[in-house]
Amino acid sequence: MAESVCRSLRDGVLEGELAPALTIKDSLSSPFGFNVFSHILVQLSSHIVAGKSQSRGMVIVSLSRSPSSYTGLLKMNGVDVESSKKWIHILDCYTDPLGWKDKTRKSGDIMDPSNQILSSYKTVKDVNKLFSVICDLGRGLVGENKSRFCVAIDSLSELMRHSSMQPVASLLSNLRSHDQISSIFGLLHSDLHEERALAAVEYTSSIVASVDPFHHSVDGQGSYIRNSSEPNLTKGKLNIRSKRRNGRVRVTCEEFKVGPSGISFAPVSAVDGAAVAGLIPKVQFNLQLSEKELVDRSRVVLPFEHQGNGKPIQIYDGRRSLEESNNETTPISGGKKEDSGRGEIIYFRDSDDEMPDSDEDPDDDLDI
Amino acid sequence: MEHQGLNLMDQALGFHSNVTQQPWPLCGRFVLVEDCVDTSGAFVLHHILKRSFTSRPSSAVIFLAFAHPINHYDRVLRKLGCNLSSQRDNGRFFFLDMLMLQCPVEGKPKHDGLATVFEKIERAISELHPENKKFVTVVIDDISCLEVAANGSSNDVLDFLHYCYTLTSENGYALVALNHQDIYSDGERPAFMLEIEYLADILVKVDPLATGLAKDVHGQVMVLNKETQKQQGISSIKVQNFHFKIKENNIEYFYAGTRT
Repeated sequence: MAESVCRSLRDGVLEGELAPALTIKDSLSSPFGFNVFSHILVQLSSHIVAGKSQSRGMVIVSLSRSPSSYTGLLKMNGVDVESSKKWIHILDCYTDPLGWKDKTRKSGDIMDPSNQILSSYKTVKDVNKLFSVICDLGRGLVGENKSRFCVAIDSLSELMRHSSMQPVASLLSNLRSHDQISSIFGLLHSDLHEERALAAVEYTSSIVASVDPFHHSVDGQGSYIRNSSEPNLTKGKLNIRSKRRNGRVRVTCEEFKVGPSGISFAPVSAVDGAAVAGLIPKVQFNLQLSEKELVDRSRVVLPFEHQGNGKPIQIYDGRRSLEESNNETTPISGGKKEDSGRGEIIYFRDSDDEMPDSDEDPDDDLDI
Repeated sequence: MEHQGLNLMDQALGFHSNVTQQPWPLCGRFVLVEDCVDTSGAFVLHHILKRSFTSRPSSAVIFLAFAHPINHYDRVLRKLGCNLSSQRDNGRFFFLDMLMLQCPVEGKPKHDGLATVFEKIERAISELHPENKKFVTVVIDDISCLEVAANGSSNDVLDFLHYCYTLTSENGYALVALNHQDIYSDGERPAFMLEIEYLADILVKVDPLATGLAKDVHGQVMVLNKETQKQQGISSIKVQNFHFKIKENNIEYFYAGTRT
């Protein structure tokens, strides 16, 4: 169940090193990034509440989902959000990210006194301020001592849309370097950004989990799942690329399936070969040769080849009837010339001389 | 193909035959209609407009018109059997005429223009009778014209759509918008269209037939319905494809090849 990823985030950071950072990357052809994000959020939250992780608290920066959906998600999975020991804080950048709703009051960022775990943030374009607010909220959860907290950003894409690539990459770097942050994870839609922006985020991440369709589309475009005959609309593959401390990169792949009860992970099934074979277009004729067919083909004797083993061979040349041609013999020889005074057909089989060279264009010698 | 008064479009959008016992299927959902020059998808907006008035007695529609004046919609809906004027008189139809909207240009913050539009929507909702506030549908026709009004700032348009989307999650309202996908699909900013597709819960894509114009079939529709458990994400994706023909007083929907 993406165990290795959850474990890395749970174990957190070693002293003097950068905090692990996970980027979950999806696209419209497999739009299940949020399912993976929610799964990891619930897993990490459970570890935090049970005291099994390095993090003692979590700050969720909600840009693409309402804060209430997160409290609902955690409650639905049995995680106590309203415990007496406050461990979670949600920074609401979703409801009013630009301050439009409070235009008349211009109240700025509000701390909602009635809600202990929720703060509004209304200047989402100011990423530097966002970093300060995240740190303050985290310190408010775990204290000023050496305890650590983790950070979840539900849409790095939304953040990049409001600002740009550089401030967001800088934010991720600063969060990773903060001495009280244990781990961070965020969601990114890869088809919304240029390659360099994606690369910048991937460079600043220690783990990249790519949510891919079950079968890759031919055109590779970020198009929605439009083919209704595609049988695996709720399945996909999670390709995880982790950078280790020693510089090695570990790549793993899992299959996932989404349903009403959530997302489930499984090792890549062994029937991939059959699945791949299913992608080959079905035509009404067989393009491949079996072993027997290869052997039989090599046994076929072509016309005008040496045959008969020394005995004269009769060849029907098409101008006379078969009966007449039976009374005459037309001896042929292959491979050496004979000065018999009659017409001969000397046939050299080209294909035996050299192996077929796929680079050669057989029409090269044409002179049209 | 009719099924207890429901046609293929109704079924694809999640309507049920027994409307009194089922909730409004578009509650808390964003329906994005994408069309192109060859085949207009405006009929989908008209269909949803009519459905919102006929299927629910206590529903209201806030209509943001950037493309046509009210007379146009009045005429079209009248032919479909729906009287917009009487709905307006009953306080169930609010028409916000945005045809002349032009957001402020350089020197002034651009977002103020669309922020003001959002304020108008909020004010219209607050003026609704409490009875009609249960099922509110906000309709935007269309996003391309909205972008023109925003001086081409696609970021401001996305911000505006985000704010409209918060109405769906916070209040359970429905949001319906029309976009011309051929403006963006080959352009320099395909991300704009993709951003909106990410936001949408139901995507209705209207295309011409691959074989060209036809007398009996005016186009094809693909309805992609993301069933979302908002907390966890997408739980299933249902895709339906069918054809349509626009007639004088109604629209016929049928599966490909079933036309006799």
